[in-house]
Amino acid sequence: MEIEKLEKVASQVRRDIVRMVHGCQSGHPGGSLGCTEILVALYFEQMKLKEQNGKPVFDMDGAGEDLFFLSNGHISPVWYSVLAHRGYFPKEELATFRKLNTRLQGHPTTHEHLEGIRIASGSLGQGLSAALGAAMAKKLNKDDRSVFVLMGDGEQQEGQVWEAAQFAAHHEVDNLIAIIDLNGQQIDGPTLKVMNNRDLGKKYEAFGWEVISVEEGNDMAAVVKGLYEAKGRLGHARPIMILLHTGMGYGVDYMMGTHKWHGTAPNDEQLAVALAQLEETLGDY
Amino acid sequence: MKKYTFTEKKDTRSGFGAGMHILGQQNPNVVALCADLVGSLKLEPFIKENPERFVQCGISEANMIGVSAGLTIGGKIPFATTFANFATGRVYDQIRQSVAYSNKNVKICASHAGLTLGEDGATHQILEDLGMMKMLPGMTVINPCDYNQTKAATIAIAEHEGPVYLRFGRPVIPVFTDPDQKFEIGKAWMVNEGTDVSIIATGHMVWEAIQAGEMLEAEGINAEIINIHTIKPLDEEAILKSVEKTGCVVTAEEHNRLGGLGDSVAQVLVKNKLVPQEYVAVDDSFGESGTPAQLMEKYGLTAKDIVAAAKRAMARK
Repeated sequence: MEIEKLEKVASQVRRDIVRMVHGCQSGHPGGSLGCTEILVALYFEQMKLKEQNGKPVFDMDGAGEDLFFLSNGHISPVWYSVLAHRGYFPKEELATFRKLNTRLQGHPTTHEHLEGIRIASGSLGQGLSAALGAAMAKKLNKDDRSVFVLMGDGEQQEGQVWEAAQFAAHHEVDNLIAIIDLNGQQIDGPTLKVMNNRDLGKKYEAFGWEVISVEEGNDMAAVVKGLYEAKGRLGHARPIMILLHTGMGYGVDYMMGTHKWHGTAPNDEQLAVALAQLEETLGDY
Repeated sequence: MKKYTFTEKKDTRSGFGAGMHILGQQNPNVVALCADLVGSLKLEPFIKENPERFVQCGISEANMIGVSAGLTIGGKIPFATTFANFATGRVYDQIRQSVAYSNKNVKICASHAGLTLGEDGATHQILEDLGMMKMLPGMTVINPCDYNQTKAATIAIAEHEGPVYLRFGRPVIPVFTDPDQKFEIGKAWMVNEGTDVSIIATGHMVWEAIQAGEMLEAEGINAEIINIHTIKPLDEEAILKSVEKTGCVVTAEEHNRLGGLGDSVAQVLVKNKLVPQEYVAVDDSFGESGTPAQLMEKYGLTAKDIVAAAKRAMARK
């Protein structure tokens, strides 16, 4: 898909994010806004998905298609919006986000059988392990498609992530592309102050990974280029990591670059200010 | 009292290894994972014949549970194996979110459960695992009683769709169940029919219960002995049918008194038919180093303790 078209999808997704979070007065807009480009690029451009008549067909096994796992499950609004616009479920359902009896739980779950979701996430640090298992299953099944997984940078403080990082290189899981959303923020403040990750690129290289850096993680063209580069390195006995430098809250000026909008919902006035900055391109839900 | 004899003693973990060996040959979707305890889990025959379906995880149990959950997404049936302590308490949140809440077809297979792990001491002797696992919605919890039953259970859980916790142990104990038994998840096994007291036992305590039944018989007490190998889902019907007859219960388990089989049985009784119940279990404490026999003696988990509990229960009728 052309970059311009992807950007149009991204603008609508951002509108959905702030409206969803406003609608239930809870949720995580900051990280969701920052990861809009990567999610749109993956689902509308990069991933091969099982489709029928131009619409994705969801089954749990995901045989013959690329798979995506969201490890930092709190950025569910961006994922739900992208899944809806990609055709997994009606976009009207976005209005039920975080409300009683919804399939769009605060953090993603398979429990409600929402199309597009293959494992629960929210308790951090678990997604890379699950993605590795799915990638190994693809190898056992002689399925040549790939597995993508997105994690947060604060999430790198979880020990399980490093168990998985070690495992991935040892078992040469080379059909997996992991992505870290490097927005430099977490709940209690800047990651540098809360718990300094230092040089994540060097760490993953030392663990035996191929590491690619995308400096402009909110520039659609740069994100797509980074994904192509990562794909070009698949199949060489090493797992691949994309360090995606993003801005938390990107696209809404007052939410940008601060941890304050990690898990805070805008009020009516703030919503209006945000929506004025985001073009409605595909129709609001 | 029905006579139970044995010609050999074997460890239940070897029953697991034998079951895995057969599964390796029968079911191409079965994958074994282990966290640096291949010898302890008796996985060598499986690995030798199916090296491509074995995943060594190193000493990284949290990741092993997550990788197992991921493998199910491609239709595999992962058997994640390690010691019971590291298979449950250490990775509770991973099991909770990635396996149970996500309803993944992962089989968590845990050896060296309970006091009978012996000399390694309390750090390794988990006595809370049944409680933790049974509290997870959708989790099936199984604690077989000897080599043959463990082998049969291992084969049976591969056919069951959904998460399972299979608990077994280290010591060699009598092999007294049918080598060709069919293992039915959730179905109690009537070991001996009786009229005076129901002894409901799981795991290593079943053999102790049989010995207790013989000791009671010598004193003219006719004990009904039931093997609950599946803690969850619990065969409530078998329990209630038994207490209708006997009017009192002893539960016997190698587990903390809190949260194990005894509490599950008590809940059935409270809801349906109040009869006296006595617990044979570890009395809310950690274990310690010692031989398995010494520990079972010290913590009150022998046939003698079951006999005493049976008499207490009967006196309360």
